[in-house]
Amino acid sequence: MTSTGEAVQFWVLAVIAVGGALGTVLCRKAVHSALCLAGTMIALAICYLAEGAVFLGIVQIVVYTGAIMMLFLFVVMLVGVSSADSVKEVLKGQRVAAVVGGLGFGVLLCAGIANADLRNFTGVGAANQAAGGNVQGLARLIFTQYVWAFEVTGALLITAAVGAMVLTHREATEVKQGQRELAEQRVRLGTQVTPLPAPGVYARHNAVDAPGLLPDGTPAEISVNPTLRERGQMRHLGSDLLRRMGELEQSTAGWLGRKAPKPRSGAELANVEQTATEQREVESK
Amino acid sequence: MNPVNYLYLAALLFTIGAVGVLVRRNAIVLFMCVELMLNACNLALVTFSRLHGNLDGQIIAFFTMVVAAAEVVVGLAIIVSVFRTRHSASVDDTNLMKL
Repeated sequence: MTSTGEAVQFWVLAVIAVGGALGTVLCRKAVHSALCLAGTMIALAICYLAEGAVFLGIVQIVVYTGAIMMLFLFVVMLVGVSSADSVKEVLKGQRVAAVVGGLGFGVLLCAGIANADLRNFTGVGAANQAAGGNVQGLARLIFTQYVWAFEVTGALLITAAVGAMVLTHREATEVKQGQRELAEQRVRLGTQVTPLPAPGVYARHNAVDAPGLLPDGTPAEISVNPTLRERGQMRHLGSDLLRRMGELEQSTAGWLGRKAPKPRSGAELANVEQTATEQREVESK
Repeated sequence: MNPVNYLYLAALLFTIGAVGVLVRRNAIVLFMCVELMLNACNLALVTFSRLHGNLDGQIIAFFTMVVAAAEVVVGLAIIVSVFRTRHSASVDDTNLMKL
C-alpha cells in the first residue's frame, strides 16, 4: 500500500486530469481545448513524480507542456483562434455510436485491469537506488540495452524536422524586386522619377496626415501616405491653419531680422478654404 | 491506496481521448486527443515500471514521448499545409478522394 499522502494527491490529481481531458474533448474552441490538455499534462507530470519517475516527470513538463503544447497553440493561432468546430453530423448517428463504443471500450479496459492479480507491487525505489538515482538508472539503460532504439530515435527526429520544413515550405512565385529594379521601373514609367515629397510638418501640427504645401500654398496630395489618402484620413488645411502659419512666419522673420514674406491675402485664404470644403463634400459622398 | 488506481486513471484518460478522436471534427483538436491517449499510455507504462520494480517501463515511456514529439511536428505541418490549400482545419472538408 502507498502512503496516505500519495492517496490524497492521487485523488486530487485524478480529478484535475479527468476534468482537463473532458474539457479537451468538450470545449468548442481549439484554444480552450489546448489549455485544458495542458492542465491534464501537468497533473500527469506530478503523478510521474509521485511514482518515482523523476526524470519523466520533469521531461513531461518541459517537453509536453512546454514545447508540444506551445506548438499546438502556435498552429491554433495560425489556423484561426475563432474557428469553432462544426456541429453538423456528416455520418448519421456517428456521435452516439462513438460515445457508446467508447464507454464499452472503457468498461473492457477496466474489467481487464480488475481481473489482473495486482495486489502486491515492488516499487521503483530499489531499482533507482541500485543505479544511484533515477536519472543514472535511465541513462545506463538507454546507453546500453536500448542504445539502438535511441539511435533510431535520432534518425526519426531528423526526418520529422526535415519533413516539417518540406511540408510548410513555399516556393517564391516571382523574383523579389530590389532597389535597382524599383529605380529602373520608376524611370521607365516616368510619372514620378524623384522621391515623393515629405508630408507637411508644422509648428502646431506634427502628424504625417497633413499634406505638404506647394509654393502657391495649395496642399500636395502626393505627399500624404496613400493608405491615409485611401481611407480619407488626410487632414485638410483650412484657412485658419494657413493664417496661423503666416503669423508664425511673420514673427520668425521679425526675430531673425529678415524681410518678412508677404502675408496671404484674404482672397487666397478663402480660395484654399473653398477647395478644402469641396474635397470634404466629395469624400463624404 | 494501491497503485492500480493509476492504471484505472490511465484507462479512463485513454477512453476519453479515443471518444474525442471519434467525435471531434477539428484536425487540431483531433491531434490533442491523440496526445491525450499517448499520455495515458505513458502513465500506464510508468505505473507498470513501479509495479514490477524495474526501469524498462520508464524507458519505453521516454521513447513514446520522443515519437509523440516527432508525430506532432509532422502532423501539425500537414494540418498547416492542408489549411493553406483548402482554408479549413475540419477533417470533413478533406474529401478529394471521395467518390
